[in-house]
Amino acid sequence: MIQLSNNLLLLAFVLYLVSTIVYAVAITGKKWANRDPKEHQQRFGRIGFAITFIGFLSQTGYVAIRWIAGGHSPTSNMFEFIAFLSYCIVIGFLILYRIYRMTILGAFAVPLAAIMLAYASVFPKEVTPLIPALQSYWLQIHVTTAALGEGILAVGFASGLMYLIRTVPQQVSTKSTKWLEFVISVVLMMVGFIIVSTVFANLNQKTVFEFPQYKADEPTVVERMLTVEYKLPAIVAPQESKIVQPGPITPLFEAPGFMEGKDAARKLNTMIWSVLSGVVLYGLIRLLLRKRLAAAMQPTLDDIDPELIDEISYRAIAIGYPIFTLGALIFAMIWANEAWGRFWGWDPKEVWALIVWLFYSAYLHLRLSKGWLGVKSAWMAVAGFVIILITLVVVNLVIAGLHSYAGV
Amino acid sequence: MNKENRTPIRVAILGVLVAALVFAIYSSLSQDDVVGKGDTAPNFYSTEVGGKSVQLTDLRGKGVVVNFWGSWCEPCKEEMPALEKMWHTYKDQGVVFIGLNIGESEITATQFAKQMGVTFPIWMDPKREVTKVYKVSSIPATYFIDKDGEIQDVFVGPMSEEIIKEKVEKIKP
Amino acid sequence: MNDTRKCECGHTNPVGTRLCEACGKPTEAYIQTQDPQAPEFPSMRYEGMARRSKINTRSPIDKVWNFFSSVKIAIILIVITLIASGVGTIFPQQRYIPVPVPTEESVAQFYSTTYGTLGDLYYLLGFHNLYSSWWFVTLLVMIGMSLVICSLDRIIPLYKALKKPRLNQHLSFYLGQKMHGVTDEGVSFNTSETLEKAAEGLKKKGYRVFQNGDSLMGEKARFSRWGPYINHVGLILFLLGVLLRSVPGFYMDDFVWVREGQTISVPNTPYYVKNVEYKTEYYSEDEFAQDLPIKEGEVIPKNFESKLIIYLNENEGVAGAPPKLTQVTEGSVRVNHPLTHESISYYQSGKREMELGALNFDLVNRTNNQRVGQIKVDLYEPAAEQKVGEGITVRVLDYYPDFFMDKNGMPSTKSSAPNNPMVALEVSDGKVKEKLVYVSGSLISNETNPVYELAIRKPDLLDVTGLMVRKDTMIPLIYFGCFISMVGLVMGFYWQHRRIWFHREGDRLYLAGHTNKNWFGLRQEVNQIIEPLQLPIPITVAPDVDKKKSKKEKEVRPT
Repeated sequence: MIQLSNNLLLLAFVLYLVSTIVYAVAITGKKWANRDPKEHQQRFGRIGFAITFIGFLSQTGYVAIRWIAGGHSPTSNMFEFIAFLSYCIVIGFLILYRIYRMTILGAFAVPLAAIMLAYASVFPKEVTPLIPALQSYWLQIHVTTAALGEGILAVGFASGLMYLIRTVPQQVSTKSTKWLEFVISVVLMMVGFIIVSTVFANLNQKTVFEFPQYKADEPTVVERMLTVEYKLPAIVAPQESKIVQPGPITPLFEAPGFMEGKDAARKLNTMIWSVLSGVVLYGLIRLLLRKRLAAAMQPTLDDIDPELIDEISYRAIAIGYPIFTLGALIFAMIWANEAWGRFWGWDPKEVWALIVWLFYSAYLHLRLSKGWLGVKSAWMAVAGFVIILITLVVVNLVIAGLHSYAGV
Repeated sequence: MNKENRTPIRVAILGVLVAALVFAIYSSLSQDDVVGKGDTAPNFYSTEVGGKSVQLTDLRGKGVVVNFWGSWCEPCKEEMPALEKMWHTYKDQGVVFIGLNIGESEITATQFAKQMGVTFPIWMDPKREVTKVYKVSSIPATYFIDKDGEIQDVFVGPMSEEIIKEKVEKIKP
Repeated sequence: MNDTRKCECGHTNPVGTRLCEACGKPTEAYIQTQDPQAPEFPSMRYEGMARRSKINTRSPIDKVWNFFSSVKIAIILIVITLIASGVGTIFPQQRYIPVPVPTEESVAQFYSTTYGTLGDLYYLLGFHNLYSSWWFVTLLVMIGMSLVICSLDRIIPLYKALKKPRLNQHLSFYLGQKMHGVTDEGVSFNTSETLEKAAEGLKKKGYRVFQNGDSLMGEKARFSRWGPYINHVGLILFLLGVLLRSVPGFYMDDFVWVREGQTISVPNTPYYVKNVEYKTEYYSEDEFAQDLPIKEGEVIPKNFESKLIIYLNENEGVAGAPPKLTQVTEGSVRVNHPLTHESISYYQSGKREMELGALNFDLVNRTNNQRVGQIKVDLYEPAAEQKVGEGITVRVLDYYPDFFMDKNGMPSTKSSAPNNPMVALEVSDGKVKEKLVYVSGSLISNETNPVYELAIRKPDLLDVTGLMVRKDTMIPLIYFGCFISMVGLVMGFYWQHRRIWFHREGDRLYLAGHTNKNWFGLRQEVNQIIEPLQLPIPITVAPDVDKKKSKKEKEVRPT
């Protein structure tokens, strides 16, 4: 059963990749010789959409089977949650496709879903039984609804990004072009992270450290020794650690003392690797193209009506915002009240959900009352999703709280 | 639109909102409510070492020093000799010293008193109920209660003879 | 005539009106603003109605009112709250730090040693309790104030404006709409037939149709305009609920440890709680959906559960006084499944398992190697004396629950918990008096050749459950606020208020459309409605522009 569901997920991933390529052909290939650009784009757009839809069905199969086999919604660990988020991004794309019939939106939304899926795969994939803290149907409702909201907001990001690439003037380097390149490199950091962790996981090299844990109330007394295993080569070692099993490189420095928890240093190490690999990846592509990435992409979007993608971006947020409110705040409060007897505890994850919500509230007020349309609105749509990513990745991996799942 | 008859409504709305603001700030500032200076000392029942049932209000009319302690607490040990000494100074002046043991058995408390040479009465709080009512979070903590049952001072941490003397003077009947 | 309040249609508008309430023409006052940045036609956001905050600006009350009625201020408050919230997650808040007794010194110490100078600064600025600080609370209340005033300031004029359908408007109203069109000069049509068809088309699309003479308006989902305000009402109720929790007695939050078999008082309530039994269950391997890479001996917990009995103390609740208990309820608490009685809920939220409860010994007479009897030393309430067998008394002379030798070499205890009990016993049978000391699993006698010895038996082990005790009277109000807020959001975001006007003036037919979102959808709907009219109406959708940008238009001709 679980094998089958994993295969379906893999199939979905492959289909998303294929449809990404088809979309890319749709928007870049329209200038090829002997082609009617409009017809070319429509035809390939439709093929891309069809493939995406089959991928969606396959992923639906994965969700359903894993749900049945595991006995709980597949949102109980980091792998399941991120995979589910990617599923929700596809749902978000389908919803907006239904409203606006714009296939090319998939050129940005589908690769985002594929990246999420690949990101999920670096976490342990097993169906784990629910520990008591997670045994609540409110939790399942909370997580699935929140993920759906975030998925739809992600489509707002995708089309906001599209808007920026389409409209930010690329003739000269400006603050806007720099920020746009930054956003693209953040996406590339995720890609880099996926590549690096997949490569090193298969190389079967590990670094193992041993380090002391001090007593909470007596910071000079060693309570016990902890060991931590790095899958990635160690750039950062845990504080005051000894290498038990040396890896391919010797660590350059130790993690600062304030980083809490057993896995803090390993998480920092992973972060450094992601940033480095993203920067390298960005640099390579930039060298290859010999221009800014956004500048390279701009001509492919020149026949798209910017007002339409501006509206799609806003609409995605208008649809996603209530769902996010319901899932990430209201259902979360109900669950927290059931589980801990308080609906709100200012836990870091809760606070970040609130920050995301406040940010989108500001977005909506600015757009609806202050007339922030077009570029400003698109920047906010992009920034909003970056905050979601921070919530998802940094808060989960770096700040340990009640919500922390297993980490890499 | 006549502005005149709308203004009172707005004043009322703003008034309610400002009241809410004041209430919110007030309650955020007074969150750590403790039993402290100026409060009436909450009454409690206890058992004196030896088995006698006692309650705080039995001691009305006298100055009362209630010292919360535990045998595991090093600073409590440090201040015991000073307390003992002051108890001898003041016991004939209408001041009662009480060592309120937190959460231990009578055997442990008795042995501790013997080891430290403490002779003032030791009262027991085996379930920490009194400790909770007084919201004692760290010990030693000492409450100085006057003859009318009002708390005149609270001291957290080990005390020297001088400190005790200074505080007891305030509650001497 | 210089009264700018009077429109040429004869209607007198309140001061501050931008679109005549009656005919929809931009008012003289608006036209005279002379602001080069203002577009020729005012924004339809509040239907051009006069808003209180825009009219009176003199008295202090007006000033306060206007401050809070500004969306700009609301956004600034939101952004400040957002940033402040983020700052509070840089380091853990005080409630999440592992300091058992949070005195000021130990908390300061924690931030300083764990996070260095930045930690010091964090503590000094009070960010360790950021979310309950007076200024953060003030921010939240100010958001609440802004919600109340913003909504009142807008909803009343908006309600007035939408109550009356705009028919027979001034031409500038139609032409000022973002979406508008007019038949070319010389195109002839039958007015009544065309309007009839238009009305039919509108009705088919679910529009409510209003008509007056040759002026027609179709309207759909007006209620969606109330969505934001209903959402705000929900948020206000929510914040009110949160605020009222500060009223003494409305909210309670406590934590108690209860040993198995123990009955203890629930702080600040007349209730007592007894822990009948605590248990942890683990998953067995056949419950796993698939093989898991877990190490030998590793287990995954399945359930943490305590059986509780709740009693009511019928005596006056004075601390330390013997209670008179009557059972009121009993039940199990599991994680995520609290037990609730009279609005007080008990949550399973901690455990200490297999703790020593009592030591058990067999008393053996060495002269005949006979077991004389059993001795139990309760480590929480040790009996001073117990009789064993015929005329033998065992007394507990001394007891250190968590034994260690202090720096002066004196026996001492590290805590009041029996982690490492040391017990000094005296056995006397009238003839001999022998002392025995139990410490760390071994026994020492004061005699070289004692008559009595103790054989260690299995000690009583017990589990201690940690219960969170909470009362939150405001939960229904808070949930209700959330519900209302959601209703508002759904109304506001999943429906769009759409209006389509058809208006004949002279020999031309004017068309205009307005929606608060999804122009793309409105455009499609208009196309479908005018198709059966068989009448070419070139429609313009003016792009939304920032006020600063020039206005350019885009022509779309229906096919």
